[in-house]
Amino acid sequence: MIQARHLVKRYGSTVAVNDLSFSVRPGLVTGFLGPNGAGKTTTMRMILGLDAPTQGSVTVGGRSYRDLPAPMREVGALLDAKALHGGRRARDHLLCLAQSNGITRRRVDEVLRIVGLEDVARRRAKGFSLGMGQRLGIAAALLGDPAVLIFDEPVNGLDPDGIHWVRTLLRALAAEGRTVLVSSHLMSEMALTADHLLVIGKGRLIADTSTDEFTRSSSRQSVHVRSPQAAELAARCREAGATVRAGTDPDVIEITGMESAEVGRLAAAHGIVLSELIPVKASLEEAFMELTRDSVEYQAAGAT
Amino acid sequence: MAGAMIAPTGPDHRAALRASTFGDVLRSEWTKLRSVRSTFWALTVTVVVGIGLGAVISAATAHAYARLSVSGKLSWDPTGVSQAGVAIAQVAIAVLGVLCISSEYSSGMIRTSLIAVPKRGRVLAAKSLVFAVVTFVVGEVVSFAAFFVGQALISGHAPHAALGDPGVTRAVAGGGLYLAVLAVLSVAAGTLLRHPAAAIAAMMAVLFVLPGIAQALPDSWRNPVTEFWPTQAGSQLTNVYHSAHALQPWPGFGVMCLFAAVVYAIAWTLLDRRDA
Repeated sequence: MIQARHLVKRYGSTVAVNDLSFSVRPGLVTGFLGPNGAGKTTTMRMILGLDAPTQGSVTVGGRSYRDLPAPMREVGALLDAKALHGGRRARDHLLCLAQSNGITRRRVDEVLRIVGLEDVARRRAKGFSLGMGQRLGIAAALLGDPAVLIFDEPVNGLDPDGIHWVRTLLRALAAEGRTVLVSSHLMSEMALTADHLLVIGKGRLIADTSTDEFTRSSSRQSVHVRSPQAAELAARCREAGATVRAGTDPDVIEITGMESAEVGRLAAAHGIVLSELIPVKASLEEAFMELTRDSVEYQAAGAT
Repeated sequence: MAGAMIAPTGPDHRAALRASTFGDVLRSEWTKLRSVRSTFWALTVTVVVGIGLGAVISAATAHAYARLSVSGKLSWDPTGVSQAGVAIAQVAIAVLGVLCISSEYSSGMIRTSLIAVPKRGRVLAAKSLVFAVVTFVVGEVVSFAAFFVGQALISGHAPHAALGDPGVTRAVAGGGLYLAVLAVLSVAAGTLLRHPAAAIAAMMAVLFVLPGIAQALPDSWRNPVTEFWPTQAGSQLTNVYHSAHALQPWPGFGVMCLFAAVVYAIAWTLLDRRDA
């Protein structure tokens, strides 16, 4: 269980995290979702005691991280897979971490086996591919067999095989009753992995909801219509209370707030010829972008 | 994937959960130190330069002894000659001391380390202690080896020293002690400055550049600076003969210890307070 209360982090005049309160429950994969620069990593750093909050507090299992007597046995974390000394062999890297928390060598070999790195255990970490590095970071997080796991963008740079492996692992960890917090900027990835979502943008909490709920409430429907009398149909639809967006093609309009059947009836009633009538379901990715549009740190010119 | 594969015990059956201790962190830091190549190379340089260079200097100066002036013969210091390599080898210790913490900052390993051990003072204490003990052992071995090799090369050509002579055992054994305190100072400097290049430059300034600048100052300034400059004061422990405007061996060593303690305290405070 992770509990944040009114967390604030300021760097000079920049507010990275702004009054963030949430709790992460055991037995679920909680997706921590937001565009780049939304404050996900900063929040995770505060949970792990690396950064001190400017205001507010965050606890793991009721205690502040820096007060945990055996941190790795309670919390496993992967913030940055490259945060290691490249000259050290993979096994020695895990061994020095294990020893610092009184964890046995047997467990080091065990986690190497779990992540499938036993064959390269004696190789120096700087020769590792991105995927191998990510697996080594996950091995380190699993060392203490912790009840709480925190992963920052664990699938970044992985191939489809690796992504599938991480997803399965996260689900298995949650199924064992552990608390799993995993950040991502990819909605599509979280839709497949997370049970619950914390969506943040510009350091603020935008949504705290189950993934199902989020999917249902945000899958906006629209109707794509092509008609030689598009302008007339647009006017009729607006009268009926729908929102209409014109495309670059004068014959094409995009109608929201009205079912396709209703659009068809309206057209028939006014003798409007339709050449295309297509219901369009917005993807989750689009819904997420819609939600966080105002809070994207850097926006490409002309992007919508 | 079966849950059993991740944890044979399961998260709720962790009977082995016990608080992490300082001893655990010491073991961890020992593993860190012995598992990187820079340690091996820096200690190899310490041994080779400390003993080898000492031997070369001993042989060369002993052969030149006969041609020395009377005053040169009067100030002949066979212990100082055989230990000259150790004074150069301290560079390797200073660099390794700085690297063993600042390389954690440059690689990002420090974040992994501080997540594993959030009681940050323990990381600094364990790192300093492990490196100081290793340096002390290597330093004493090098110091005594350099002494025996050097004196063997000197004997027959010039008067040589023996451990039984006044102050000689203290001066030779002092080599390891001096290096051990330098080790702590270097780790503290690395923690304070975080960037390897900056911290190495700072240590070189403390060891060589600033004492060199002091030589250019007028006497009234130079003498107290030379007397109390931490590394100059500390190195009095390794001298058999007491020179003018220098502290006595143990008080001088005390000044260096005090300086290292102050730098360590600042490093500890900053490590504890700064965002990692």
